Amino acid sequence: MTGGPTDRYDHGAPPEGEPEGLLDGDLTRRAFLRRIVGGTTTAVLTGAGIGVLGGSALANGDEDHGSEMDHEGGMEGSPGTGASSTRPRRWAMVIDLRKCDGCVELDAPPQCTQACNWARFVPEGQQWMQVVQTDDEQPEGEPPHTMPMPCFQCENAPCANVCPVGATFHTVEGTVLIDQERCIGCRLCMAACPYDRRFFNWGDPEQPDWIKDQPYDVRTQIPAKRGTVMKCDFCVDRLEAGGLPSCAATCPRGAIYMGDLEEDIATNGSEVVKLSLFLHQNGAFRYQEELGTRPRVWYLPGRGELVPRTHHDELLTDRLEWPWREWNGHGAMGAGAEPVPEQGG
Amino acid sequence: MDRAVPVGLAGARALDRAESPEALAARRQAMEDAVLAPLQKTGIRYRLLMGSFLLVFAWGMFAWSVQIRRGLAVTGMSTPIPWGFYITNFVFWIGVSHAGTFISAVLRVTNVGWRTPVVRMAEFMTIAALLMGGLMPLVDLGRPDRILNLVLYGRFQSAIVWDLLAVTTYLTGSLIYLYLPLIPDLALARDRLDGGRFPWRVRLYRVLAVGWHGNPEQWRRLSRGIRIMCVLIIGVMVSVHTVVSWIFGMTLRPGWHSTIFGPYFVIGAIWSGIAAVLTGMAVFRRAFRLQSVITRRHFEKLSRLLLVAGLIYAYLTLNEYLTIAYKLEGKDLSLLTALFTGQYAPLFWIYGIAGMLVPLVMLALPWTRNIPGIVTASILVNVGMWIKRFVITVPSLAVPQIPTEWASYSPTWVEVSIVAATFAGFAFLVGLMAKTVPLVPMWELSDEMEAGNE
Repeated sequence: MTGGPTDRYDHGAPPEGEPEGLLDGDLTRRAFLRRIVGGTTTAVLTGAGIGVLGGSALANGDEDHGSEMDHEGGMEGSPGTGASSTRPRRWAMVIDLRKCDGCVELDAPPQCTQACNWARFVPEGQQWMQVVQTDDEQPEGEPPHTMPMPCFQCENAPCANVCPVGATFHTVEGTVLIDQERCIGCRLCMAACPYDRRFFNWGDPEQPDWIKDQPYDVRTQIPAKRGTVMKCDFCVDRLEAGGLPSCAATCPRGAIYMGDLEEDIATNGSEVVKLSLFLHQNGAFRYQEELGTRPRVWYLPGRGELVPRTHHDELLTDRLEWPWREWNGHGAMGAGAEPVPEQGG
Repeated sequence: MDRAVPVGLAGARALDRAESPEALAARRQAMEDAVLAPLQKTGIRYRLLMGSFLLVFAWGMFAWSVQIRRGLAVTGMSTPIPWGFYITNFVFWIGVSHAGTFISAVLRVTNVGWRTPVVRMAEFMTIAALLMGGLMPLVDLGRPDRILNLVLYGRFQSAIVWDLLAVTTYLTGSLIYLYLPLIPDLALARDRLDGGRFPWRVRLYRVLAVGWHGNPEQWRRLSRGIRIMCVLIIGVMVSVHTVVSWIFGMTLRPGWHSTIFGPYFVIGAIWSGIAAVLTGMAVFRRAFRLQSVITRRHFEKLSRLLLVAGLIYAYLTLNEYLTIAYKLEGKDLSLLTALFTGQYAPLFWIYGIAGMLVPLVMLALPWTRNIPGIVTASILVNVGMWIKRFVITVPSLAVPQIPTEWASYSPTWVEVSIVAATFAGFAFLVGLMAKTVPLVPMWELSDEMEAGNE
């Protein structure tokens, strides 16, 4: 990974080279994959050219799936695309609703939301990745349908279209990011987003104290700034480093796949699929596609039927944690109990 | 309460009759005295009133300082409902600002004679309303300290930038348009006011009157300038409220996702704006004893315009709600349920009945088409239109767009204080302008009297 985060996404600047560090020299993608797949059980292949989670600390919870990778065949459908490894990714997410029960069977709050909170230091109360129960009527005794909702990173993003200062923008790879150092806090993007996927720091956002002292990074949105908008960013920094977004890496059912439309491949950390075929064969849909926003998140229709259902019906969202306040109260990070005053500009 | 200048009152009655030149001169003199009187005498009640406006305004500024210190967390807005009182108030004041220009420019272009005594106070209101309305987006910003980003990084694709351009153009245009017909009157004030008693004021008039002596060349240029400005300003006026509506119209929200919004907002602005001018006229007439200049005739004429604007607005409202209520798309259904029978129903029906139906009936019936009736209707219209703007802004945001709970919004003292401050600020500015420059364009009035036209 070359280039600092800020120059990489300096508005309108051409993208720097791909993370060639991941696929350097004359090592072909196929050979590379073979080596990885054969060589290690802890490495999790996240798709040809997407990268490898390797020894990353972020690959938690995936170890036991690592050896089950049997989908190299999925890549056979894209021969001759080796040269395309220098082309920009087009990130896409696939959420398999057959595997999603909102974690009620685990007697836990939605783990994607919780993982997102932890990994992104999401300010208190915001759910960038939010699991909702759909409105569909269910027969007596049947559990409601659940649906995890990240930001859909729309290709025709209403939020980016309406932003008066270009603070919200598309990256070359297709994610929609927010520059919280430029955002003026008018919230027109929130009014424009037809999926209510944007969140606002009404006061000083609650985050761990030591986060507040970090230099600002547009990819991680850290530290959060008062009076600006935040949202799911597809964990672009983790994608660039070869990892999966936190929600996908953590989903206990492997329901969340991350992929690249350009390479036509996706993975949930344990299984690699040919993206277009996967979407086609499973009748994938995008949420309210008729709005014309062209989301980059696909759903595979389902009702959690692949999860054995025994008890809970309701989502346990009230058990979600944003423990920053407690952390700061203990002052364990040495930043002192005093909240860091918001810096202007 | 008819403590009018007797000569003026008689004069007003005699407007249509032919008069001797001497009588005309005497009447004009009396009229000028009546209009210039407020510039020279300031009563204790005026001072008290203006002082209380300032107090309310100062309290609002204090509330804003609290908001700047602690962030928008002190408001009732929340993530599902990111806009509330401020945007409602913004749309309201931009709406009121339309009247001045509409009445003044449209009636001037069409050369309607009776407009003269009301145009300038309408223009005052335009300026004051624009200043107050223009403040609201700034108050609403999460990062007012970054307001310059709109200039540094402004994107022409964004409705907020359209708004910024339209509102500033309108404000500049309105100031010029107010100023041009004011020049002869400023010259008159310069000549008639006692320089010993009002030294700084006369100096101000001298500067502002830019050497006006009323020679034919000056008149020719002035009338040309006014003609150009009133045509230009009509276009700007329509554009302003159209782009304000597009802040809503350019989104996919239920209730906002509508092609009718441009004209709907323009007509709504004219409807609420004329009502505001009528209310203002009643206040000025009484406060400055202008009964001889502003007569029942002016109220009746203007109330007919108000009636027409109201009928068009009612027609557009019917269009807007019937077309979505007939089809009942999912999200539209939840919005309409909330409006017609749900949590926003009380507000919606107060607006529909007290803010629209009742004033329309009052304006249409001959028994209530008198000054008290017209003013009552006007106040109802303005209250109703504030509510209507709220009902447009908030419920569409409250409708869950994904399967989540309905959000609710209730304003805090900070929001209420700041909104109250804009009303006080508006009254203060208009009151100040009315004391500083002649409230009625005297030269136009004289022209009209000489021509004896209606």
